[in-house]
Amino acid sequence: MTTAAATAGGRTTKAKPATMAQALGRALRDSMAEDPSVHVLGEDVGTLGGVFRITDGLAKEFGDDRCTDTPLAEAGILGAAVGMAMYGLRPVVEMQFDAFAYPAFEQLMSHVAKMRNRTGGAMPLPITVRVPYGGGIGGVEHHSDSSEAYYMATPGLHVVTPATVEDAYGLLRESIASDDPVVFLEPKRLYWSKADWSPEAPAAVEPIGRAVVRRSGRSATLITYGPSLPVCMEAAEAAVAEGWDLEVVDLRSLVPFDDETVAASVRRTGRAVVVHESPGFGGPGGEIAARITERCFHHLEAPVLRVAGFDIPYPPPMLERHHLPGVDRVLDAVARLQWEADS
Amino acid sequence: MTVQELPGAAAYRPTPPPAWKPITDPAPLLPDPEPYRVLGTDAVADADPELLLRLHAELVRGRRYNAQATALTKQGRLAVYPSSTGQEACEIAAALVLEERDWLFPSYRDTLAAVARGLDPVEALTLLRGDRHTGYDPREHRIAPLCTPLATQLPHAVGLAHAARLKGDDVVALAMVGDGGTSEGDFHEALNFAAVWKAPVVFLVQNNGFAISVPLAKQTAAPSLAHKAVGYGMPGRLVDGNDAAAVHQVLSEAVARARGGEGPTLVEAVTYRMDAHTNADDATRYRVDSEVEAWRAHDPVRLLERELLERGLLDEAGVERVKESAERMAAALRDGMNADPELAPMDLFTHVYAEQTSQLQAQAAALRAELDAEQDHDEHGTEAGR
Ligand SMILES: Cc1ncc(C[n+]2csc(CCOP(=O)(O)OP(=O)(O)O)c2C)c(N)n1
Repeated sequence: MTTAAATAGGRTTKAKPATMAQALGRALRDSMAEDPSVHVLGEDVGTLGGVFRITDGLAKEFGDDRCTDTPLAEAGILGAAVGMAMYGLRPVVEMQFDAFAYPAFEQLMSHVAKMRNRTGGAMPLPITVRVPYGGGIGGVEHHSDSSEAYYMATPGLHVVTPATVEDAYGLLRESIASDDPVVFLEPKRLYWSKADWSPEAPAAVEPIGRAVVRRSGRSATLITYGPSLPVCMEAAEAAVAEGWDLEVVDLRSLVPFDDETVAASVRRTGRAVVVHESPGFGGPGGEIAARITERCFHHLEAPVLRVAGFDIPYPPPMLERHHLPGVDRVLDAVARLQWEADS
Repeated sequence: MTVQELPGAAAYRPTPPPAWKPITDPAPLLPDPEPYRVLGTDAVADADPELLLRLHAELVRGRRYNAQATALTKQGRLAVYPSSTGQEACEIAAALVLEERDWLFPSYRDTLAAVARGLDPVEALTLLRGDRHTGYDPREHRIAPLCTPLATQLPHAVGLAHAARLKGDDVVALAMVGDGGTSEGDFHEALNFAAVWKAPVVFLVQNNGFAISVPLAKQTAAPSLAHKAVGYGMPGRLVDGNDAAAVHQVLSEAVARARGGEGPTLVEAVTYRMDAHTNADDATRYRVDSEVEAWRAHDPVRLLERELLERGLLDEAGVERVKESAERMAAALRDGMNADPELAPMDLFTHVYAEQTSQLQAQAAALRAELDAEQDHDEHGTEAGR
């Protein structure tokens, strides 16, 4: 896998505040400019620029054939993308909202994830499926699901989710350049998060599949991704007052899973909490906790804990703050690690 | 309070909606009420004798292939075989109307179409034998993998045809589906996409009367499956699916339309599945012998053969020669299938991703160790002498 994101050689470009949404749009634009086989398709991605404006300007710059408003049918969109990829194109599909990707599950599970395998390697499908996911934006029903567990449980897919502006750009470039299908989960509530970032000279990122330590610490590791990263960073700062020096690992990629970075961190700290907003039961945290236990059992001072959304259908927006794991719940979990430390 | 009681209601005049009329006249899109036929009608005079002879030879080979593959299931050489006996005219015509650069998108029942398109008869059966999902390189043959989830290959055909056109390539995709498959959402989404995109696609529905046990009347209330085309804005064509010359002609016209940039066509071939759904199914539970017998009188192979014999284009010796060629094909298939396939367990991990993930590397190493231990065991036995 090549690192598609390149630094602008020698040029000094001033970084100004940019949003994650802008970085994602820039990644699409740069990928399309670089590779004529990259096509964007989905509902409202053309004239409107997508309901989140991620694809803004692409149809104008590259034409309707490169950035296509499709009929309103998710299975049709992804199924057509399969055929396009079979013919050598690199489709980037936008699923308008997380829960509206479900009509396309059949295509995703039965074909997108399996075509390389079904054809003995003859027919890889370089499709990127962009899914805005998660809550915290006050969306009504069916607009806030975290469906990463379904995607993770489907061999043949990569599952990637950025938490920073810089990663949004770099990981999307990498995903589009990947010869395998990638489910690219975009944390909706971070779309408008800002960072100093220069679209003219985006920093290179590592190939997908690598986690990164966002904050180093010695007393415990918070393992998280996407929308929960800012929560964990805030919790880590708050924990300092309690005498806890927390390490925060941002997974960035759920599949492949970076066992090395996670295990190295937990071996250093001896304690771990996995934080995500999707339901805990059958969720990513269980898998991650099991992997940590398998690798770090003798280093663990306490059981691996999970802080997750409740095991409920995503609640109405006026109640979502009770559902989403916030700083307090993370700190509670950290406190629960403590008695093991005493014993 | 009703509307009439509202203040000023007496003066209220509902304004008519802005003028509206359909932009397309639906009449040319509608299928004829009777399935189109060539054999036994005046139209046969225009048919190319060379083509008819070719179709006949392929039909005979196809019939033989179906019989041989079914026999292989009884010998345990094939896990399962969905026979297309009775439907050979559709299978063969689908294969023969396409140019080499075109693509075929078959369902699980369409092994024969793939073979008639030139695929090795053994390679075409690996899915059903159970050693490999797809025993051939789809790009090399321009045949998509035989598809078991119903109708899901149809949007692929649309996407591929669309992509080819965007690239400026003169390529048509022909996608095959059963009558039951037309109820699936993917069927409708594919037709709609194809029509909106004017994609060079031809949809061939083989209406063989049943979806496993469910008859067409319980599948749809439409006048015919071809009628469904109108709602998407493409022509629907009804053809006698047992008349190889007719199916070939209708599909050729549809392919020409697609190639000419006029967009997709939905072709419904009315045929009948003579065998059970697969060798594992008992058709007597859901249909009566008299119905099967009525269709036997309209057998696609005999229909064409009789026409050719009557017109003196074929004689008994010619029929014999075709049969012999079919026997040779069957013998080759038998031989090919009697050899045990070579299985490579480590391949389980080879084609999941472009690069193996660390998870898969660990699992591959574990299986490697298991296989090595098994081999040790086979070579040296155990102390317990098991
Ligand atoms: C999505 C899906 N649902 C169910 C099945 C199980 N199934 C296999 S064949 C079949 C009937 C299909 O009938 P039809 O489309 O008429 O094709 P035919 O078998 O007659 O060629 C069913 C229900 C399937 N393969 N895919």
